[in-house]
Amino acid sequence: MAAYPRGRALRTAKAMGRAFVVYAVLMILGVITAVPFIWMLISSLKEPGTLFLYPPRWIPDPVRLRNYVDLAQQMPFATFFLNSTKIALLSTVGSLLACSLAAYAFARFNFVGKSFLFAVTISCLMVPYQVELIPVFIIFYKLGLMDKHIVLWGPAFTGSAFGVFLLRQFFMTLPGELEDAARIDGASRLGIYWRIFLPLSGPALTTLAIFTFMGSWNDLLGPVLYLSTKSKLTLTIGLAMMYHTWGATPWHLVMAGAVVSVLPILIVYIVGQKYFVQGIVMTGLKM
Amino acid sequence: MSTAMPVARSAATARARRLRALRHNLSCYAYVAPLITNLVFLSTGPVLYSFFISFTNWQIVLPPVWVGLRNYTGQLASPEFWTVMWNTFYYTLGYVPLSMIVSLVMAIFVNQRLPLISLFRSLYFLPVVSSGIAVALVWGWIYQPTFGVLNWFLDAAFSIQGPRWLSDMRWAMPALIVFGVWRSMGSNMIIFLAGLQGVPNELYEAARIDGADRLGEIRFVTLPLLTPSIFFVLILSVIGSFQVWEATYLLTQGGPAKATLTISYFIYQQAFLWFHMGIGAALAYILFFIIAIVTLVQFRLQRRWVYYR
Repeated sequence: MAAYPRGRALRTAKAMGRAFVVYAVLMILGVITAVPFIWMLISSLKEPGTLFLYPPRWIPDPVRLRNYVDLAQQMPFATFFLNSTKIALLSTVGSLLACSLAAYAFARFNFVGKSFLFAVTISCLMVPYQVELIPVFIIFYKLGLMDKHIVLWGPAFTGSAFGVFLLRQFFMTLPGELEDAARIDGASRLGIYWRIFLPLSGPALTTLAIFTFMGSWNDLLGPVLYLSTKSKLTLTIGLAMMYHTWGATPWHLVMAGAVVSVLPILIVYIVGQKYFVQGIVMTGLKM
Repeated sequence: MSTAMPVARSAATARARRLRALRHNLSCYAYVAPLITNLVFLSTGPVLYSFFISFTNWQIVLPPVWVGLRNYTGQLASPEFWTVMWNTFYYTLGYVPLSMIVSLVMAIFVNQRLPLISLFRSLYFLPVVSSGIAVALVWGWIYQPTFGVLNWFLDAAFSIQGPRWLSDMRWAMPALIVFGVWRSMGSNMIIFLAGLQGVPNELYEAARIDGADRLGEIRFVTLPLLTPSIFFVLILSVIGSFQVWEATYLLTQGGPAKATLTISYFIYQQAFLWFHMGIGAALAYILFFIIAIVTLVQFRLQRRWVYYR
């Protein structure tokens, strides 16, 4: 009888010790993960004169929100932001439409050449993007589309192997009864797609939407290859340009710009975390 | 007359059936039409086109000139190409093991039933969703030799005079590797976590009854059952490590003195800075070939160590 409480105390002590170790490791990893973000935010609020003090200051004093105003005034930063938003939104809409249409056909109909077409689509997932880069660049160059935004969002309207695959897998799991009922009620193929498949596919569509938006928003290579006019640049290339060409990098503004470019995705991430996780697990997509 | 009638009718129904099949196929193709455009002009078509380009000397403004295998042989004979290969290999060899170990540890520690755990999980994933350019910028500053946070930390904590990181030939590549690991550890963690959550509890209980301690559980239950996830992450990490471009573009441009010039950035340089489309395409095909071989070898080897239940 006497041993029991001592055993439990021992067990709790052991459990507490373990929890302590776990939290210690988690904290170390957490600090490593968080410090760059914290540094980004802090620096964006510093006076230009206090940026390079040594040792570094971890609390901006005074807090200078004006950096964000300066950012908008000294660079066409609002334009960059709008350009990024426009391109990312159009890409998302295009990708959802094109991928869901193709995925619907792959999931529900039999047609001549279907398995061949699907095999070709899947094989695209295995090709490194560098192989496609040069010919696509030449095609857009010959079409006279250099320095036009459509180069960046237009391709989304033709879908992507990743999106088609993702949605097809999901569509295959939807039960057929609803469609049968709708067909008896005289619904057309397009009607079934629009009124049954799309509404039932919220999670899969959201995952694809988030990934497309994020991919487009964070894309640097596309803008680097295709855009040159200052008023047409996106956030990513705008930031890279600020870093590269201004000789002495205006770090407080660059950091403010970085905060602005991270923020929208961060908000989406906080709201729709589970879709990010789902997307990673389903596809192993590396970003 | 009486026998001709059914024949005519069946011919008519056959035609009607064919017409219906045609209409069905056409309607299906309307759904996949955008995707076909993609395949022809943006993915599969370009892959074939790229193969043709790799046999030409093409500077875009002038028409392409057929040069046969010269782009390939020229690269294989140039010392620069082998520097690039070595650098790529160096990056892969540093990045893949480090990234896998860190994210596996993360996943194991995050897979506990303790308060606030999900907060850490979300935090670790943050670098993955952030704009690569924004975080690379911060890291550029962290690595800055004179006023950077890293050298300050090394000095303050260990009294070590840090190197010049990104502008030091020896340290630029490790610096990029660490950045790469930091950026992707969250997504690997998620894959490992999904694997960990698939390990049934009975097995842990059985191991405990057999007298296994915490490390024994990891060694004899967790790791064997996690090998499919480890394999998956390994494949993705190796492929990903061949394709780093963003951080190189922003922070080092392949320098100092080509110390961080990896294949992906080299392709960009050849094709889009110097407009050597032919050489760029040849290099892209060499990359494709290497990725295919390495992936194939990994699939072959998996039989020896991956345990599928």
